[in-house]
Amino acid sequence: MIRVLLPPHLRTLARVNGEVSLEVQAPVTQRSVLEALELRYPMLRGTIRDQVTQQRRPFLRFFACEEDLSHESPDSLLPEQVVTAAEPFVILGAIAGG
Amino acid sequence: MSKVRVLVGTRKGAFILSSDAKRKDWEVNGPFFGGWEIYHLKGSPADPNRLYASQSTGWFGQLIQRSEDGGKTWEPVGNQFAYDGVPGTHQWYDGTPHPWEFKRVWHLEPSLTDPDTIYAGVEDAALFRSTDGARSWQELSGLRSHGSGPRWQPGAGGLCLHTILLDPSDPARIFIAISAAGAFRTDDGGKTWTPINRGLRSQYIPDPTAEIGHCVHHIAMHRSRPGVLFMQKHWDVMRSDDAGESWREVSGNLPTDFGFAIDVHAHEPETIYVVPIKSDSEHYPPDGKLRVFRSRTGGDEWEPLSKGLPQSDCYVNVLRDAMAVDSLDACGVYFGTTGGQVYASADAGDSWTPVVRDLPAVLSVEVQTLP
Repeated sequence: MIRVLLPPHLRTLARVNGEVSLEVQAPVTQRSVLEALELRYPMLRGTIRDQVTQQRRPFLRFFACEEDLSHESPDSLLPEQVVTAAEPFVILGAIAGG
Repeated sequence: MSKVRVLVGTRKGAFILSSDAKRKDWEVNGPFFGGWEIYHLKGSPADPNRLYASQSTGWFGQLIQRSEDGGKTWEPVGNQFAYDGVPGTHQWYDGTPHPWEFKRVWHLEPSLTDPDTIYAGVEDAALFRSTDGARSWQELSGLRSHGSGPRWQPGAGGLCLHTILLDPSDPARIFIAISAAGAFRTDDGGKTWTPINRGLRSQYIPDPTAEIGHCVHHIAMHRSRPGVLFMQKHWDVMRSDDAGESWREVSGNLPTDFGFAIDVHAHEPETIYVVPIKSDSEHYPPDGKLRVFRSRTGGDEWEPLSKGLPQSDCYVNVLRDAMAVDSLDACGVYFGTTGGQVYASADAGDSWTPVVRDLPAVLSVEVQTLP
C-alpha cells in the first residue's frame, strides 16, 4: 500500500479524512501513484495535474522523505520508504494568502 | 405560493438565499465549496432543481459541480475542457502572440429546454457545450477559429468569454461576448460566428470602430424580444434593435457610463438597470454613493434608485454577472457587491434591502423563480 497525503481542499473534494492508502502496481512512480489516486477518486482528475498536458499544476509540490520531488521525472522511482509505506507521498499546495 | 432562490457565487464559495414571494425573510445556506472561487452557478430553466456551478482555484484548477436537488447536495462532474485541434495563439496584452491556455469557466448557461445541455464560457476565450449533464465537454470551435481569433486580446480580467445568451425563439441563435474581442452571434447552432460590433466605439484600440477588439462587459435581453439587446461596454451603455447588426449609445444622462452589470425587467422589456461605476481606473460608484440606475425607455433617460442603498463612503464594485431579476409581480431585482453584500428589491428597484452583508466578494448572482 502507498500512503498519500492530500491538501485539505482535495480531501474535502474526495470525501476522505487523513491519509489515503492506495494499491499501486510496481514500478511505484509519481505517475503510477497519481493514476491509482485518480482511478480511485475520479473527482480529483485535473486538480493535481492538468488533464490535457498531464503536467503538475504549478501551485502544487510533491514531497516525500523530507525531499522535494516536484521536479523529478514522473516516471522516476519513488523512495523505498514510500513504496514500503514507511513514509507518505505528500501533495502540498503552495502557501499563499488571500 | 411562489418562492425565489438566489444563487450567489463568491470568491470563497457559493451561497443559496431563499425566500417566499414576499421576499422579506431570507434563509441563507452555505458556504458550498468553501474556500473555492465560484465564478458562476445557474439553474436549468427546464428543471429548476438541476443546478450547475463553476468551481476553481489557482491551486487545483477547474471543477464543475452539479446538483439534482436545488443545491442541497452536489456532485463533481466533467472538468476536462480541451480546445479542439491545435489551439494556436491570440494576442497578449503587448500585442505579441500568446498560446491559447484554458484557465477557468466564467459563465455557465443551461439550455432553455434540456437539463442535460449546457454551455460554458471559458478563459482563454472559447465556448464549450455539454449534452450529457456536464459529464463531458466539446468546444464549439467555430467561434475561436473565426478569422479574427489570432487578433483577440485579453481585457484586464483575462481573455474571457463571460456572456452567453440563448435566443428563446430560435434554438440555433446564440449571442456571446468576450473581453476584449467583442460580441459575436451564431445563427447555425455554433458552427459559424459573426462579429456584431458595428456602432461600438472604443478609444483604447487603434481603430475605435474596428470589427473586433471592444471590451464588452455584459449583454442582456428580454426573452419576449430576443432581437433587442442591451450592452454595458467598458465605457458606454449600448442598445441594438436588430440582433446585434448595429448598436447605438443609450448612456443618456447616466453620471458615468462605465460599469459591468446590466439587466432587463422581467415584465417590461424597455425597463433596464445598470450600476454606474466611476471609471476604468476607479472601480467603485461615483461619490461613494451606491445607486442603481433604471431606464423605463430602453435607455437614454435614466433615474437613480438609492432608497435603502448606502449613500456615503461606499466603494464596492458590482461585477458583470452579479445582477439578476426574478419573474414575480412586482419584479424583483438583485445584485451583489465586491464588499459581500447582496441587495434585493421586491418593487422593481424602488427600494432595496440587504439580504446578507458580509459574504466574500460576490462574483455572480442568479435568481430562480419557483412555483
